[in-house]
Amino acid sequence: MSHADLTQYLDYTLIAMLLAVGFSIVRLRNLFAVVILMGVYSLLCAAWFVSLDAVDVAFTEAAVGAGISTVLMLGAMLLTARESEPAGAGRHWAAFAVVAAAGAALFFAIPDMPVYGDAESPANAYLGRDFMERTPQDIAVPNVVTAVLASYRGYDTFGETVVVFTAALGVMLLLGFGTGGRRKEEEED
Amino acid sequence: MSPHLILRVVSKLLIPLIVIFGLYVQFHGDFGPGGGFQAGVIIAVAVILYALIFGMDEARRAVPPGAVRYGTALGVLIYAGVGVATLFMGGAGEPLNFLDYDALHPDQGHHTGQHYGILLVELGVLTTVASVMLAIFYAFAGRVPDIPDEEW
Repeated sequence: MSHADLTQYLDYTLIAMLLAVGFSIVRLRNLFAVVILMGVYSLLCAAWFVSLDAVDVAFTEAAVGAGISTVLMLGAMLLTARESEPAGAGRHWAAFAVVAAAGAALFFAIPDMPVYGDAESPANAYLGRDFMERTPQDIAVPNVVTAVLASYRGYDTFGETVVVFTAALGVMLLLGFGTGGRRKEEEED
Repeated sequence: MSPHLILRVVSKLLIPLIVIFGLYVQFHGDFGPGGGFQAGVIIAVAVILYALIFGMDEARRAVPPGAVRYGTALGVLIYAGVGVATLFMGGAGEPLNFLDYDALHPDQGHHTGQHYGILLVELGVLTTVASVMLAIFYAFAGRVPDIPDEEW
């Protein structure tokens, strides 16, 4: 059995675990368990990204998805309820039809997908190959992801930094700056 | 006797290591996976872990919310500042470009300017991301009392 075959089975295992975690998230009512399982989902995603050689994406997914998001969701949960309202017993046939149609369309599209790792696929040819070839001469940085992110696409990353700043601004304006909330409650007491 | 002795001891050991790992991710981003965004999240997580174990008041004393508020804007200013600096540092007769890092250093052969530029820009991203994550955490956690012991 070749090396590639073994990695393939690792991928299948991870995808099966993702499915299992996804179904448990839908079935569970306890929001604490749901938040923790979402962290587990992100961590499994990160492991799968590592298996696909997308280490930078995996790193971000593990840090943001499994780390910060879980903490923020827990904080949001503390502000609201611990249990979700039980859903109605009725089956939503229209929603099921939409989901089934979308799923069938996705399966129909699978044969058109390029083979995994195909050098001639649109994502790897054209611009991607261009960046791979030019980075050693233009930037001389070993990590092409960093070169594209910070230098070739410096404008975009600047925009993203401003977006992150704006997100914090919005949260701070809505929820306060994290200094006044508790003191106000103490005054009310 | 504190109620979470093991948690406190272990997290006290871990928090400096987490921060050092964040700095490693930041400064090694040119060579391996990582960069300012991931490093910022990791450093924010170190403070959040401190807040979870030792309480919000201790965390606010260590990293004041006021400083965090300024940090969110400071990172964007660092990034934009690098761009403006490259505008003015371009040599005579060369086209002036926003975020053209080659202008930062005369050594074009080794692309030293590119290395400096990427490092500085990532520093801006680190500052903004770490501050933003902490600001959001403070905003959420500042509205609820600390997690009571029976919920651990």
